[in-house]
Amino acid sequence: MSFDFTEVAVRDVSRHYGRRRALSHVSLTCRSGEVLGLLGPNGAGKSTLLAILATLLAPSAGEVRYGERTAAEAGPSLRASLGFLAHDLHLYPELTAAENLRFFARLYGVPDVPAKVSAALDRAGLASRRDDIVSGFSRGMRQRLALERALLHDPRLLLLDEPFTGLDDASVAALVARLRELRAAGRILVVVTHDLDVAERLLDRVAVLKDGRLVACDEAQGRIREHYRAHVTEPRA
Amino acid sequence: MPMFLKVAWLVMRKDLTVEVRSREVLYTTVFFAVACVLVFAFALVKEGRPLDDAAAGIMWISVAFAGTLALGRTFERERHSETLRALMLAPTSRPAIYVGKLLGIVLLLLVVEAVLVPLVGLLFHAPIASQPLTLASLLVFGTIGFSAVGTLFAAMLVRARSRDVMLPVLLYPITIPVIIAGVRGTAALFDPEPSVDLAQMWMALLVFFDIVFVTLSLWTFEPLMTE
Amino acid sequence: MKRLYLLGVAAAIVMFAVAPFWIMGAPDIDVPNATPDVLLSYKIFFYHVPSAMVMFVSAFVCGIASAMHLFRKKPGADRLAAAAGELVVVFGLIVLVTGPLWARKAWGVWWQWDARLTSTLLMWMIFLAYLLVRRFGGPGADRLSAAMAVFGMANVPFVYVSVNIWRTIHPTTQVVPSLSPGMRGPFWFCVLAFVLLFSLLLAMRARLERLRADVEHLYLLADEE
Repeated sequence: MSFDFTEVAVRDVSRHYGRRRALSHVSLTCRSGEVLGLLGPNGAGKSTLLAILATLLAPSAGEVRYGERTAAEAGPSLRASLGFLAHDLHLYPELTAAENLRFFARLYGVPDVPAKVSAALDRAGLASRRDDIVSGFSRGMRQRLALERALLHDPRLLLLDEPFTGLDDASVAALVARLRELRAAGRILVVVTHDLDVAERLLDRVAVLKDGRLVACDEAQGRIREHYRAHVTEPRA
Repeated sequence: MPMFLKVAWLVMRKDLTVEVRSREVLYTTVFFAVACVLVFAFALVKEGRPLDDAAAGIMWISVAFAGTLALGRTFERERHSETLRALMLAPTSRPAIYVGKLLGIVLLLLVVEAVLVPLVGLLFHAPIASQPLTLASLLVFGTIGFSAVGTLFAAMLVRARSRDVMLPVLLYPITIPVIIAGVRGTAALFDPEPSVDLAQMWMALLVFFDIVFVTLSLWTFEPLMTE
Repeated sequence: MKRLYLLGVAAAIVMFAVAPFWIMGAPDIDVPNATPDVLLSYKIFFYHVPSAMVMFVSAFVCGIASAMHLFRKKPGADRLAAAAGELVVVFGLIVLVTGPLWARKAWGVWWQWDARLTSTLLMWMIFLAYLLVRRFGGPGADRLSAAMAVFGMANVPFVYVSVNIWRTIHPTTQVVPSLSPGMRGPFWFCVLAFVLLFSLLLAMRARLERLRADVEHLYLLADEE
């Protein structure tokens, strides 16, 4: 029921809200087996771009192609291939960890729900707290749970909005390892982050957004800090 | 279709689990409905006796007011962690999610009515037990009609900053036929000479309203929820 | 196009200037023992009924255009709906002001909870809510208001039926066919004048919306520089 693709192409995408332009003529490609980092100051349009990739927002102009098809052509089945870890985490605070996972697993029509849920809880390091209510969790625990929630249906394209905020060093290392695993498995990953140390360890390419425009798109090798200084830190000083 | 029903069932059960755990919406809504009844009693009871048809009117107005409150709170919950977006991201048909939310609201309001109606009967000497089945059907169909429009509007207003005021502004003019049919149908039952025929005629109008507006909501939900 | 428009404006001015004289010359209604002020107040019918007709036409235009916008995503339809929505409220206001003026003389009260009055008031409320959500709905308000218009249109038969069963004392639709021949002329003349006025306002208002959209677009382009 889901359909597969190995490349997501953003072509000349713009999005505006009335007179305010959030994204302006952005074009970039994300490939299978690659981690693309989105960097930029606050309000640069990173979250808008992620929401467009997730099909939550429709672009005002331009198009996004998942393999051969656009979101409109692919219909709801495309959403089975998308995983989205949003900044707001998309978890029900009144439900337990296991209930959250079970609900979304069923909603996505994932086969063998109990095994999938247990495996996800193990990976999140929350097996012992599976029946605790999420509102009692720390930000880091919620973050790990939300990531596993987004991965339940084994999406082809994974979109992560600031996945490292609120995590301690050990959790960051575990998350980086997990994302590398997914990269090796041929997933397409797009990560919005401010954490340069992590970015240097993880990203294959970086795209820098500023005021809704793509100001740089480059192989990552050692140039992340340079870009960051030129486009993100500098103007503030 | 089974997938459609499964998703609707899942969403409804999720909402009820959350509600059973916190009981926030239920308690506040019941309290609010009872408060409404008391406020209206001061206006519509004269020399210790309620005015004609006051009981039916008070009952339905309290349901409408309490329903607006419940709708607002239920969708506020989905806004908290942007979970409504998470539901929209699921690879299911979106109208199924609408139906799930609708069923959750209807059940919640029926529980509120289970408290409210006996209270109105008690305080305003309304013969609620004389035609229990007809009265219950009027309440069920009226609640479905009100909630069908309300669920759609509350869902589409989640993103609007002025949602708290906009919900009643949009909802009340559209649901006036429900209120008229509910009040008149119930008044026909509460009359000293009750008329089941009249009540059934109003009930037919309610059923018709439900069919039209549930269909229309299912039809418009998808284009309305795409940002 | 512009010449046609100016011609329309000129025609509307002439028609509305001529109408009062013709209406005053029209024969009085045939009511036994009618006092002069009742006979005079009856003349308001020539403005009241055409406004009501135009109001319903406008509501219909708004509903259809909104459905087009909602399902086909046509920005032009949205602008037409916005224009029509405002005109429903404007003509509705004329109906709701002229109605009670007459009712005070004919029925002795300003307002009656009669079927047609109530359903007109409700319709008017729906389109007032339409304008409110359009103005204050925030991002995506165009689609929210379009849904309101579509639901409002679907609601018309229900309002009509429910209110009708509830109450009826308004002169019924039989009034128009039963007009005496002398009254028929000025009446249809007034209807024509109001329809012309409505078309002109609709075109003007939709054009304003289009210009506004153009300005928004230019702002976006300027932003890009």
